[in-house]
Amino acid sequence: MKIPASFNIAGLRLRGDEIEVAGCDLVMYDNEFQKIDEELQRLHQQANANVVFLVDKNGQLIASAGDTHNIDTTSLASLTAGNIAATGGIARLLGEKEFTILFHEGEKDNIHISLVGQRIILVVIFDRRSSLGLVRLRVKKTAEVLARIFDEITSKAEKEKVEGGKAAESPFAEISDEDIDNLFK
Amino acid sequence: MSFINYSSREINCKIVYYGPGLCGKTTNLQFIYKKTNPEQKGKLISLATESERTLFFDFLPLALGDIRGFKVRFHLYTVPGQVFYAASRKLILKGVDGVIFVADSQIERMEANMESLEDLRINLAEQGYAVEKLPYAVQYNKRDISHIAPVEEMNKLLNVNSVQWFEGVATAGVGVFETLKGVAKQVLLELKKHY
Ligand SMILES: Nc1nc2c(ncn2[C@@H]2O[C@H](COP(=O)(O)OP(=O)(O)O)[C@@H](O)[C@H]2O)c(=O)[nH]1
Ligand SMILES: [Mg+2]
Repeated sequence: MKIPASFNIAGLRLRGDEIEVAGCDLVMYDNEFQKIDEELQRLHQQANANVVFLVDKNGQLIASAGDTHNIDTTSLASLTAGNIAATGGIARLLGEKEFTILFHEGEKDNIHISLVGQRIILVVIFDRRSSLGLVRLRVKKTAEVLARIFDEITSKAEKEKVEGGKAAESPFAEISDEDIDNLFK
Repeated sequence: MSFINYSSREINCKIVYYGPGLCGKTTNLQFIYKKTNPEQKGKLISLATESERTLFFDFLPLALGDIRGFKVRFHLYTVPGQVFYAASRKLILKGVDGVIFVADSQIERMEANMESLEDLRINLAEQGYAVEKLPYAVQYNKRDISHIAPVEEMNKLLNVNSVQWFEGVATAGVGVFETLKGVAKQVLLELKKHY
C-alpha cells in the first residue's frame, strides 16, 4: 500500500502577524509521521526523559515516545492544550504575545511544555535522572528540527490546496449513511 | 479542526457543547460516559469548582468504531456557562468541528439561552467561523419540567435557520445520543467534502 508523502495543513489563513488556523484540518501521512517519531525518540533518549509527547494546540495527541503505559495520553493531551490556551490568554491580557515555555515541578516528576511554531506543543516529562538544564537544551534542538518539518509541510499543503488534490485512499470517499449509523450501534 | 492520521489510521474530531449555565451540558456528557463501553471511552475529565459548576471544561474522548479501516474518535468538550467565564469559552471553541447548542427549556431561562447563543455567534465569528457553515444542532433540554416553552416558540427564538433540533431530558438520557449522532454525522459528511 502506498501512502502519499505529504503532510497537509489546509487553509492556513494569515491575519495580522499571526497564523490563524480556523477551519483547517491536520492531515498526516506515514512519511512525516515517521520523521516526527524519530525526532521524539531521539529527544526521549538524549534528554533522559520518561516520556515525550507532541500535541496539537486543539488538544489532540500527535505522537509520543517513551513509556506511555501508565499514562492516560488522551487526557494529558487535552489538558496540556487547555493549559497552553489558558496561559496564552493570560499572556495576551498582559500584552505578551505568548508564553513559549511552561514548567511544572513535582515531587517526583516534572513537566516541561513548549510551543513549536504556531500550533504544536512539545511536552517532556522527566524525573531526577535528568535535569531542567538538559531538557531545555535538548528541547531547543528538537524544536528547531520539528519546526523545519512543519514548515515544509505547510508549504506542501499550500501547494496541494492550489492543486485541489484529494488523498489517494481517503476513508471518506465512499462513506455512507450506513457507515455512520454503525458507529452508534 | 479534525486530525486525520494516515499513519495510525485515525480520525479525530472535536465537538463542543455550548449553552447557558445549568442547561445540562455536563449532564449530556455524563450520560454518554455512563452508557458507553469501557473500551470505547477515555476518562471523563471535569475541571469543576467545589460546587460542581464547570470551571474550564469537561472532556470526554470517545472511540465509536471504524469507518473504512480508520478509527473514528470524537473529543467532546463542554464550556462553562456562566457569563464571567467568557474568556474560557473562547479558548474551548478553538479548532472546533461541530457545535451542539443545549438550550434550557424553562421559560425563565429563555433570555439566558438567547444571550448564550449570541455569545456563541460572536466567539465563532472571531475565529472566522459562521454558525450557518458549521456542523451544528440544537437540543431543547429539560423537557420533563412542567414550566417550559413550547418547541415551536423555542425554534422561533433560537433556531432561525431551521437546523436540526432535538428534544432532550439529559438526566434520563432522552435525546442525548440522538443529538450527538446528528452532529457527528454532519462532521463526517463535512470531512467527506474535503478529503
Ligand atoms: N429536570 C431536569 N434536570 C436536568 C436535566 N438536565 C440537566 N438537569 C439538571 O440541571 C442541573 C445542571 O446541569 P449541568 O449538566 O451541570 O449543567 P451545565 O452547567 O450546562 O453543565 C443539574 O442539577 C442537572 O441534574 C433535564 O433534562 N431535566
Ligand atoms: Mg457544566
